[in-house]
Amino acid sequence: MSQKSAPRTLPRLLQAPAVLSLLLWMIVPLVMTIYFSTIRFNLMQPEKTGFIGLENYEYFITDPSFWPAVLNTILLLGWVIVITVVMGLFLGLLTDAPFPGRGIARVLLISPFFVMPTVNALLWKHMMMNPVYGVLAQVWLFFGAEPINWLTDYPLFSIILIVSWQWLPFAALIFITALQSMDREQLEAARMDGATYLQQLRHLYLPHLSRPIAVVVMIEMIFLLSVFAEIFTTTQGGPSDASTNVTFLIFKQALLDFDFGVASAGALFAVIIANIAAIFLIRLVGKNLN
Amino acid sequence: MRHHRPTVTPLLMLRTLIAWSVTLILFFPLGWMALTAFKTELQAIAVPPLMLFEPTLENFAIVQERSDYMHYALNSLITSVSATILGLAIAAPAAYAMAFYPSKATKDVLMWMLSTKMMPAVGALMPIYVLAQASNLLDSLFTLTVIFTLSTLPIMVWMLYAVFKDIPKEILDAARMDGASLWQEARMVLLPLAMGGIASTGLLCLVLSWNEAFWSLTLTAAKAGTLAALIAQYSSPEGLFWAKLSAASLLAIAPIVVFGWFSQKQLVQGLTFGAVK
Repeated sequence: MSQKSAPRTLPRLLQAPAVLSLLLWMIVPLVMTIYFSTIRFNLMQPEKTGFIGLENYEYFITDPSFWPAVLNTILLLGWVIVITVVMGLFLGLLTDAPFPGRGIARVLLISPFFVMPTVNALLWKHMMMNPVYGVLAQVWLFFGAEPINWLTDYPLFSIILIVSWQWLPFAALIFITALQSMDREQLEAARMDGATYLQQLRHLYLPHLSRPIAVVVMIEMIFLLSVFAEIFTTTQGGPSDASTNVTFLIFKQALLDFDFGVASAGALFAVIIANIAAIFLIRLVGKNLN
Repeated sequence: MRHHRPTVTPLLMLRTLIAWSVTLILFFPLGWMALTAFKTELQAIAVPPLMLFEPTLENFAIVQERSDYMHYALNSLITSVSATILGLAIAAPAAYAMAFYPSKATKDVLMWMLSTKMMPAVGALMPIYVLAQASNLLDSLFTLTVIFTLSTLPIMVWMLYAVFKDIPKEILDAARMDGASLWQEARMVLLPLAMGGIASTGLLCLVLSWNEAFWSLTLTAAKAGTLAALIAQYSSPEGLFWAKLSAASLLAIAPIVVFGWFSQKQLVQGLTFGAVK
């Protein structure tokens, strides 16, 4: 480059708005949350103020809802990841080879992902899972079984089902995309040599998909830690804490109990968990950046 | 490439059967909702469920009349379109600089931007709520737009960076040799070449903002509520309302689902930050 000064200042100037706004977006809330977490800060009791050290943290962790919420978060995360990855692989492999109407089938399959979470959740809550008029109840009756009151009797399972239905298209879409870059000649050769489908799966498909699988697991981990709208619109975390996850617990403490101090302590807890997942994803993505 | 029409074998028939059964089962809830939107409330809860009926449009009229659907739709439109435009305006220059004038820090800046996307929203809830309340910006379209912009910005920078990186630097250099200013270079050389990528980046941002629910539910009420918040009001039963809920939902998702179909490739790239191609 002949002009030395221009290519240095101009690129910085062009990046400044994006970098500065994201810096603010990251630093300001983080610093404020840390500050809030160490003071007495309840919107309902504005007269009580002052530094209280780690009391909010203690309160958050000893809250009887805390451990159920942690457990629910892990169960929700774990089950949805298992269901979407396994089913997503199945769908990806199933629609990888051509069949009549494949294009339309794929479009229908990925549609739920583009539906806003509140619509997804209410569609399931009312039209699918209503114990009297819901479609599932009708199916159960058809087979002579007693309809299930899904959201009351199996609240967490119902949420897992709803969220899985929404995220399955994401996993399937990633796997479909990844499968398109498979080495077709290698596959053809393996087939010529008489490799069974299981052998192809084990030695060709799964190795090729290992990286996409890792990506799906990590991205879902980050997004599913913050499942909120699906719980908010269906069970409101109940009955009691049966379907409360950490995000919903923090929301409850903040905007239902108005205890911003305790909620902030909880929020930092959530940030730390998310960061642990994020580190792995960032490493993986970073390797790709060259 | 050899193209050969698959011969109809029992295996193909079996695969077709399985694939279509699974597809129809998974799509069923959405299809059912679309059907219900055109039923009367009584038909909506009929036992056994009605597949054939005379369609009605009255639900759409009632939804508009009772819950002022257009008001929420307009809020959704304003916030997601503004966030997209604002996001592109901020992200494009940054991505341009990173792609054509990379420095040692570029990779780190990109990774850091990615990491901001991984912060759980609830981590910022209390500060944002307090700041918005203090400045009288709760339940405001402005606040929502800014948040939507910031939360999709990392994805936009990443996607545009990938788009610009694919454009040979020599073309831009040649334009500059011919005496083009930076603005001319961007408008007359870069823009036409990158139009497709910019459009799909915007489309993805639009889809993500339109569907955003966390901030809409926590920060808005009647004034700045988006469609995601309007639908949430149907959470608790009030008489017969399934047909109306379906009609409201169908209106809320139809345009964006269609956009989604067109932006699937970009979605994969955008949401995986280029880790899957």
